[in-house]
Parts: sequence; structure tokens; C-alpha cells
Amino acid sequence: MTNFKIVFPRAAAAIMVSLLLVSTATAELGANSSTVVNDAVRLKATPRVTANSRFAVHEMTAATGTVVREYASPSGVVFAVAWSGPYKPDLRQLMGRHFDTYIQQAQLRRARGTRRIQAGNLVVELSGHARDFHGRAYLADSVPAGVDVKEIQ
Amino acid sequence: MKKLAILLLPCVLFLVACGGGGGGSSSSTTPTASSSKANTAPISVSAGADPNNAYTNGAFASVTICSPGTTNCQTIPNILVDTGSIGLRLLASTITVPLTRETVSSNTLLECNQFVDSFTWGAVAPADVKLAGEIASSVPIQVIDDQNQFPVPTACSNTGPNGDSVTALGANGILGVGNWRQDCGGYCAAQTGAKLYYLCPSSGCVETIVAVSQQVNNPVWMFSSDNNGVVLQFPSVASPGATTLAGTMTFGIGTQSDNALGSALVVGLDAFGDFQTRLNGQNYSGSYIDSGSNGIFFLDANTTGIPVCTDAPSFYCPSAAQTMTAFINGTFGASTPITFTIDNADALFAHQTFLVLPTLGGPNTGSFAWGLPFFYGRTVFTAIEGQNTPAGPGPYVAY
Repeated sequence: MTNFKIVFPRAAAAIMVSLLLVSTATAELGANSSTVVNDAVRLKATPRVTANSRFAVHEMTAATGTVVREYASPSGVVFAVAWSGPYKPDLRQLMGRHFDTYIQQAQLRRARGTRRIQAGNLVVELSGHARDFHGRAYLADSVPAGVDVKEIQ
Repeated sequence: MKKLAILLLPCVLFLVACGGGGGGSSSSTTPTASSSKANTAPISVSAGADPNNAYTNGAFASVTICSPGTTNCQTIPNILVDTGSIGLRLLASTITVPLTRETVSSNTLLECNQFVDSFTWGAVAPADVKLAGEIASSVPIQVIDDQNQFPVPTACSNTGPNGDSVTALGANGILGVGNWRQDCGGYCAAQTGAKLYYLCPSSGCVETIVAVSQQVNNPVWMFSSDNNGVVLQFPSVASPGATTLAGTMTFGIGTQSDNALGSALVVGLDAFGDFQTRLNGQNYSGSYIDSGSNGIFFLDANTTGIPVCTDAPSFYCPSAAQTMTAFINGTFGASTPITFTIDNADALFAHQTFLVLPTLGGPNTGSFAWGLPFFYGRTVFTAIEGQNTPAGPGPYVAY
């Protein structure tokens, strides 16, 4: 479960060090990226990290084929999570304390099938159909400068 | 044909992802053009089942279920017709005929079915399902546990909001008539991890593998004929809309005189059931046609230049109506132009008696969801995986 492949190691090196050393907290949106390792264990997936000067992406593919990506700022804060695949991942694990806000807001519905939820700083978007679910959640005020939310996929 | 072969190849290579495996069931069957069964059921865009919250752009049908092999039947109205999901799911509180729950290892088989915006939790039970003159015998359906007989496991509630009520569904149930034979298919028959099927002994709920024949199945492919797909048809509607709209749901593709493909554009699907939509020279994969989506949901405010509504961010609120032209990349070439208009959702919703809103739209996560407004003024075919049709085997969509 710790068979990490560092694809773009230069900018990710510091994050990877913390990834390997810290594994106690629950990963979540808004938390430190060191918590990604917990998601990797739960998803039984091998994380793959790519990074640029604006953010690092920790990508994990579960055995089901569902891909989870967690986006960390240069300071190590997970500002966005995204998922895509035939079955949904554990969204409470990915969204952390923001999951309850999402559930609460999701009760207020008029859109069917595709949803966009905005609650303060939190944006959650969901789309897809049977065997094909897409979604992302991000903290609008934590998205690093120069990052278009379209890059969160 | 060349392109069709390429598009379908992933399904050949990855049977699991395509829900193939076929359920140990028969391989493709030649459609019987001789069928003369009544194969058309009325559907309507109407308020749905929640008297306090009328549904917008929802297609509803009545469905008859029977205790298997008996004449003990009932007809349940206000079932959402959904080409984006698979199988019949009914709120337990609406069911009056006896249905015996399926078991695995002496435990009731329960399902946490995933929808985009909720889950439904409940037991799986075989029922005879009747639609128009068609009968699917002993098809596993989901009995949605709205009476809370079985507590929802955490792994289920961690996927989204609970949909186990008339209030949440806006319907008495959902009739999933999409492109697959089962809701999960080969993956859940081979291994756990999808987190769809569970057994809940007193020691707690655990995920289980389930044979495809015991999974919730698409009733259409279990009909004795007219079983290769479904055709939905609605007349066109002028903006801003209408109070209600009558349409039809016809079973079979090219099996009778009333369900011929004609000149419809056939659109092959990738392993996820998606295709490409082209707008302004850009191709957007991950696109799909879905009667269970209640608007045209596409791209985002930055890309389209259309702001989302401040009070309803699932929808677009342009200051003036925006008309665009997109293309769907079909198996044999791109579509003719699809011209569609997006109006201000706040203004549309101000027409409080209008349940049919053809210009309702909103943002998506990077692709196109052609929801029910796409069906207005069109005949839309949904072909089921592994079932033969005059245009080759499903899965595909055509219009």
C-alpha cells in the first residue's frame, strides 16, 4: 500500500516526505496533504503525484476503476478533491468536515441529475449516471492564484 | 462500421467495465420483427408524487407489478422514467402485493444504489413487471426501505444524501431503462468494492458479491420480445414552457412498425456509457443523454460566459436567452446541428404552473448532460448492451 510512484518528484518531494512520515489524521478537503496517505490505504490504491508551481495532484485509482484526485496548494492544503468512475468513493472521507454541509445543502433540491451546491466557501458539483459518476468539491477561497477550477477534474 | 468497431472494442476488452459478463444469460438475440404486442406506454411530464414540491422536467409513467407468477398485481403511478439508471426501484410504502426478498447465505440482500444526487437503500425482491403489453417475469427490483426496516450502513450514507422518501425522490419510484442489463453487472458478481450490495446480519452490514441474475435488472431486456431497448418520444415545446406534456415510451428498437430507427443518428458509447459533444470547436467527452436529468447541464460559467443563478447555483441565469449550436459525435459521423437555448432559470421558475421548461440548463463538471429538454421534439432510442438491433448490438443511443 505504500508503493508510491513519484512521477514528477521535484516539486512534490517535500510533500512526499510528509506523506510517508505522517499518517494519523483523516484526509479531508481543507486539511494538510499529508493526510492523503489515509485515502490511499482506504482506496487500496497507489497514489501517483504530479506537481507544478501552482499545485500538486495526488491521484489514486481504486480497484473499481474509480479515480480520486486531491489537489494540494504549495503550502500543503488540500483545496479540492475530484472523483470519476463507475462507483462513488467515500465522500465523507474526501470532504471531511465539509461533507455534512454538503448533505444538508443537498436536501434543498430542484435540479435533478446534476447538482452544483455553494455554501459559503464550499462548492460541490456532481454529475453522471449509472456506472459513471463525476464530481468535485473545492474551497473557493483556498484555490491558489492562477488556478482555474476547470483544472480540477 | 469501422468507427463502430473501434468504439465498441473497449467493451470487448473490458467486459467488467461494460457490465458485460452478460449475466450468464443468452447472448445477443435477433430482434423479432414479428412481435405485435402492445409495446407503447403513455408517459407524461407532470408533477410527480410529492404534493408539496412539483417536479420540473420529470417524465413519469405508471408501472404494474405482480407477485411473481400470480395475478396478484397493483399499478403504481408517478414512477420516474430514467434512461440514466438501471432497474425498477419502488418505495416500500407504495407496495401492497407480497414480494419475497432475495437472500444470499440466508441473509436478506440489500442494496445501496448510487444516483448522482442521492442513494436509495433497500432490499432486492423479484417481481413480475408489466409495462404496456410487455411482461418481465421475476425481475429483481429494489424495495426502497422508506420504513427504515434496515439501518443504512455508514459506507452507504457516506456516498451522498438519503433518497429513501417521496420528498427526496419526488416520485413513488424510479424506472431505470438505460443502456445496461444490470445496475452493477460483472464487477459486483466477481468482487466487492463497488459498495452497492450488502448483507446485514446482526453483526453488522458487509458488502457482498452478487450473481448478475440476482442484481437489480433492467426489466426491458427481460421482456420476451421488444427487449433490445426503449424509445422515448415527446412533442416539442415552445419557450418558456407548458404545464404538462404527454409522450410515449415504446419498447424495442426495430422490432415493430412503431419503433424503427429510420434515419436516426446512432451514437456508440465508450466503456462508461458516454460520447463526445462538440461546441465551438471543442470536443467534450463524458457526455450523455439522460431523461432523469431535468435540464441541459453543460460546461461551466467561465467557459460558457453564462452566470449561474445566485439563489440556485445548479442552474444558469443569463441576463438574456442564449442560443447555442452543438454537435454530437456519432458512430457514423457528427450530428446535424443541435440548436438549444438557455433561459434565465429564475424567470422560468417564476412560471409556477409550468412543469415543462425546455430552456432550463445549468453547469456541469466539464461535459454535457443532455437531460429531458433534449427529448422534447425528438425520438430518442436507448439500446441495451449485448442486445441486437438493426444498427448492431447495444449499447448505443440514437435520435
